[in-house]
Amino acid sequence: MANLVRQLGQRSLNIVQEAGGLMIFLLESLGLAFVPPFRPRRILQEIYQIGVKSTLIVMLTGAFTGMVMALQGYYTLKQYGSEGALGSAVALSLIREMGPVLTGIMVSARAGSAVTAEIGIMRITEQLDALDTMAVNPIQYVVMPKLLAGVIAVPLLTAIFDVVGILGGYLVGVVLLGVSSGSYFSSMAQSVVPLDVNGGIVKSLVFGLTIILVACYKGYHTGAGAEGVSRATNQTVVLSAVLVLAWDYVLTSFFM
Amino acid sequence: MVKIINLVKSFNGQKVLDGINLTMPTGQITVVIGKSGVGKSVLLKHIIGLLKPDSGQIIIDGHDMSQMGGRQLREFKRRFGVLFQGGALFDSLDVFENIAFPLREKTRLPEAEIARKVRFRLAQMNLTPEVETKLPDELSGGMKKRVALARAMIQEPEIMFFDEPVTGLDPPMTNTVFHLIGKTHQESGYTALVVSHDIPEVFSVAHQVAMLHQGRIIAAGAPEEIQNHPDPVVQSFIRGEVDFLEA
Repeated sequence: MANLVRQLGQRSLNIVQEAGGLMIFLLESLGLAFVPPFRPRRILQEIYQIGVKSTLIVMLTGAFTGMVMALQGYYTLKQYGSEGALGSAVALSLIREMGPVLTGIMVSARAGSAVTAEIGIMRITEQLDALDTMAVNPIQYVVMPKLLAGVIAVPLLTAIFDVVGILGGYLVGVVLLGVSSGSYFSSMAQSVVPLDVNGGIVKSLVFGLTIILVACYKGYHTGAGAEGVSRATNQTVVLSAVLVLAWDYVLTSFFM
Repeated sequence: MVKIINLVKSFNGQKVLDGINLTMPTGQITVVIGKSGVGKSVLLKHIIGLLKPDSGQIIIDGHDMSQMGGRQLREFKRRFGVLFQGGALFDSLDVFENIAFPLREKTRLPEAEIARKVRFRLAQMNLTPEVETKLPDELSGGMKKRVALARAMIQEPEIMFFDEPVTGLDPPMTNTVFHLIGKTHQESGYTALVVSHDIPEVFSVAHQVAMLHQGRIIAAGAPEEIQNHPDPVVQSFIRGEVDFLEA
């Protein structure tokens, strides 16, 4: 029994320690964004790596999400004779919830894991140490541009996800199932208010920061060898997906 | 002058460095020898400020590095050049960009001057201009080491650190790297610390040799003194005898 309590206590301490480490890492990285050199070229390169390279997978996910939501929504709404509200249902679900959350999870799987692997390999091959000995702050050179890129790219990817999802819903709802094009878009225009869009943007900003922060932190503090990098990559995907869902609940309750 | 005073470091309760005392005279090459895993690289990482000691001091030209932190420590490191064990070249940059990196980051030199310095260092390392556009993955082990040495030397450091500079290289390339260390030292006159277990090749560049064993420096002196040292542990290591306790 005493052993169980000890293990539980140790685990709790580890979680608090990890959370504290993440916060210090975040503050240091963001603080360095305001200290020259500002490295705009590095930030653009990272926007390309994290954002542009995730566009296709985000568009595919968005299209199928919109399509399946239109399919489910159509048969549910039809029971109440409200097929005309399909556009509204698809758009609100995408803009408020599905867009930010699924974009976050896709970015974490594609770019988050890549960021952890890249920084982890730099750690185990002493490239981060090399930067340090050249009087270049590794957090400012490697981490800060990735964090800023995440904050910029994820909201843009979410917007792409929402638009493609709405078009996917249009394809199924209007083209395949025969809902009128006018009611699809007019119900959308009537029900979506600026608060929905703003809420989606705030969520995607927070998710972008969280995913890339976790990815950089895990890579920066990776264990030794290939196994250490593999474990860190795995932890990044799991932890950032869980944090995205947890943040989603907190932010949704805030916006409701 | 670099002076290490009573340096102690433990990892998970195990003492790796147990009161190291060592002086690296200015303008000379000090070689630290010892078996693999004895803590040579840990010692080097303390001197270049990558690790903080549990206790003890590292005095470089009167400044205690173990008391420095943050930006002050980072700026102090501008006097250093480090050749890491695996080269630590940046994967995403080609050879030219790797060597030019410290100059582009830390100086405002025009690109033409940077290119001139990079090509001078490449030639010094017997590397042809064709390698400039190659990525580190496309280089052999020996070429990587020479490119890394060129990058470490590009800012003309006052103190050079070499962490196992010839590990994994064939005998001709081992001799080439040691020859380059000797040659660059003659030309620049830097103070250097070489961490290595490559006996006897490493004696060719050393002015002073120190042997690390069980967390302590058990012998230090001129190469000839160490080669004739009466301590059986030193003699056993130099002769490369089988360590029955470990075998």
